[in-house]
Formats: sequence, C-alpha cells, structure tokens
Amino acid sequence: MAELRRTPLHALHLELGAKMVPFAGYDMPVQYGLGVMKEHLHTRAAAGLFDVSHMGQVILRGADYKAAALAMEALVPVDIAGLGENRQRYGFFTDAKGGILDDLMLANRGDHLLVVINAGCKEADLAHMRESLAGVEIDAISDRALLALQGPSAEAVLEALVPGVAAMRFMDVASFESDFGELWVSRSGYTGEDGYEISVPEDRAEALARALLASPEVEPIGLGARDSLRLEAGLCLYGHDLSTDTTPVEAALTWAIQKARRTGGAREGGFPGAEVILAQLANGVLRKRVGLLPEGRAPMREGTQLFAGETDEAAIGEVTSGAFGPTLGAPVSMGYVDIDQAGDGTALFGEVRGKRLPVRVAPMPFVAANFKR
Amino acid sequence: MKYTEEHEWLLEEGELIVVGITEHAAEQLGDIVFVELPEVGTEVSKDDEVVVIESVKAASDILAPLDGEIVEVNEALTDNPALINEDAAGTGWIFKIKPSDLSPMDDYMDEAKYNDFIA
Repeated sequence: MAELRRTPLHALHLELGAKMVPFAGYDMPVQYGLGVMKEHLHTRAAAGLFDVSHMGQVILRGADYKAAALAMEALVPVDIAGLGENRQRYGFFTDAKGGILDDLMLANRGDHLLVVINAGCKEADLAHMRESLAGVEIDAISDRALLALQGPSAEAVLEALVPGVAAMRFMDVASFESDFGELWVSRSGYTGEDGYEISVPEDRAEALARALLASPEVEPIGLGARDSLRLEAGLCLYGHDLSTDTTPVEAALTWAIQKARRTGGAREGGFPGAEVILAQLANGVLRKRVGLLPEGRAPMREGTQLFAGETDEAAIGEVTSGAFGPTLGAPVSMGYVDIDQAGDGTALFGEVRGKRLPVRVAPMPFVAANFKR
Repeated sequence: MKYTEEHEWLLEEGELIVVGITEHAAEQLGDIVFVELPEVGTEVSKDDEVVVIESVKAASDILAPLDGEIVEVNEALTDNPALINEDAAGTGWIFKIKPSDLSPMDDYMDEAKYNDFIA
C-alpha cells in the first residue's frame, strides 16, 4: 500500500488527539475527543472546523473567464459562462452515458475559473480536464490547504480574523489579504449550515486553524460528523450516492442544470451524455434518489435493500447512504427507488439483518438549511 | 467479573450471568445509537449473535458467552442506547442469561488479564 498523504494540518490533528483513518489516500481525522455525535451537534449549535485540504483545488485559465468557462461547459452540464463574477455554483462531470464522474464546485474568480473536486477523483478529474480542455491552462494547486468553518457562529468567528467575510452571501467567493496570507474564501460548505470554505497558503494553514480554534465557539470536527452533517442536509457523497451508474436526473440534481444548457437553451447540450440527460429531463427516469426516514431506531446503512411490501421478493431500491442523524435524533438514509415508489410519504420496507423494517420516503434536507441568502 | 475476548463483561448474579460490553469496547465503538435486544425466553448457544449494537460508525454483533436462556434484557437501552457509553459496566448492562453450562466461565479472563489483553 502506498504511503498515506498528509495535509498541512496533519501534526495539528495529532496534537488535538484526532483518531486518524485512511481516506482517499490521505491520513485524515475521523473524529476528535468529542466524538462524532457531539462534534455534529456542536457544528449545528456553534461552529466546527474541518480540514478539507485533501480535496483538489484547480485553477482554469483561458483568454478570460468566459473562455475557460465555455471550455469547461463541454464537460459539465452547468451554466458556467453565465455565472456571475465572484459567485460559486455546484456541478458535476458527466460521461458519455450520462453517468456522473465526480461532483464539484465551480467559482467565477474574475479572470479565472476555480474548481474544487473530490479527493478520490482528483487524478482522474485532472486527466479528464487536461485531455479535453484545449487552450485552457490547468493549474492543480499544491501549495494551499482548504479549511471549512461551518455553523451559526462561523460568520462572527471568521469576521473577527478576516474583516469583510460577514458581508458575503451564500455562494459568494472573494479574496482577502489577511494575517494568514491571501485567502480565497467561499460562503458555502457541506453541512447545510451557514459557513465558509477557506483556501489558505499551506505554510499559514496551521496558524489560521489555531486562530479559529482559539474561539470558544469552534471545535475541530472529523470526517465522521462531516458525513452525518451532509447526510442530514440531503447532500450527496460521490462514490456512494453518485457514480457513473447514476445520471444527474436520477440523482435528483436537475436543479443544478440551468436552462441555458437544457433543450431550447442558449447553449443546449454539448456535454458528455447530453442525449441521455436531455431525454431524461424531457421524458423522466425509471428510478430516483430520495430521502428515507426509517421508522424505528435502527439505521439503514448503505446497501440496505428496499421493498414495496413486507413479503415482496424483488427489491425496488437500495440505500446509498445511511446513518444516525444526531440533530434529528433518528436514523436517516438516502437511496434510489423505482419512480413509482418515489413520492414523499411512500411507505416502504428496508431489510436490516433479515428483517423488513418500515421506512418512509421523505423530502430532503432532513434538517432545514441555515444559509445566509 | 470475567471478560471475553469479544470485550464483554460477565457478572454472576445468583444463578444468572449479567452481560455487557466493556468501557474499552464502548469507547472503540463511539456513540451508540441503537441496540437490538434479543427476546426474553430465547434459548441461545455460546457464540450465537444475540445483540446488535449500532454506533455512529457501524454495526457490531455481541455473541452469547454461554449456552442458556435469555431471561432479562435492559429495556432502557431501547430509548437510551447511550447508557452504554455513559456507564458500560453499570446501567449500560445488556442482558441476563440463565446458563445451562457454566464451564466456559473458567476460560474467560479476570480483570488483570483483560487489561493486559487490551493494552
């Protein structure tokens, strides 16, 4: 096995007593002293600091922003060219069958496009972009860390260190000169809470993390709580809820495909799998990603088979993410079900250890989002 | 008190054996969110999977340490599974078994041996 990579905050994680696990080739903190449950609840009550430096930060430069954006639109079915300056948007790379290669964040940073991609897909995404984007300079950033500060106290805590961030709205991006060098800040995250993601020069990352942790409002949060927070927020995890076997329409991510890229739009299609995805937008799909609320306390985890009836032989779906939701105080799952079983409130059964347990299709997010629009 | 390599503790209470998991095991599991208890009256054989404990991380099986009958379960865990994290060796007990064969007890570890085992 190859040596695990370390983020610039590795030593700090150890000092803070983190339990480390391998994740996407990195040695990452899965939890600290508080444990997953309290870390989760603390993030929703105050603020949590996450090291997400394993994710890929990539700058795309063309003649101008629009040139880079238009080039990228050949890989991503999102209106990137129409994204306002200093604004961010969610998207995904699709393949020729309309499946999802990765999901990502895209930001218009004035003269360039900045994307953030999943750690596990980083190399494949870079190869994909380098192969397909002629005339675009692709710079995989290797000298910056990425921190996320999430929760209702995030604004006040970060504003005290980086004046100006409080004025940002949800999905704004901005650069700030700070005591920690030049920061690239976005007002977004992966928890359903208000908060920021902060790109910081790697040699200043630990100082920034320590300054944030000095606030009594801020606790370090590991990957365990990151997963339960995003699940309660109804957000997908690539490799689990999204894959090359799921299209954006099946994944209920059609909101991320703007009009400009749809049939009849200004830049209709022109992305891998467009025929499949545009046809699905027009005609519907056979299965769909839905939220699932088990009725008992037993979590229905990834791989749990779903049935329409207590004695039916054929499964009508499968859970792709499932855990206990600490804020909800109950188990939560998401998964794919046949389209005629996808309506909110549909009563289904999940098979857990050989027993069929009741579960209901439910709208997501499970916990109301707390964004600053 | 005796201990198994599966990180259960066994406490003799009259003719019954009370079973729980050790503090060490509870710590390793993390926050416990669900305990699936066996039905009272179930006859079990040693090493049967009798209880499932779900933590925030994963599901783990608890094995019957002895042959016998489950005569009582800790119903409080149904509503408050975190009792195991809070007091693994006390209010977080899981079930009581009426053993039909006590001989495996001799093979289980005492506290000093268990502490060496987890060291």
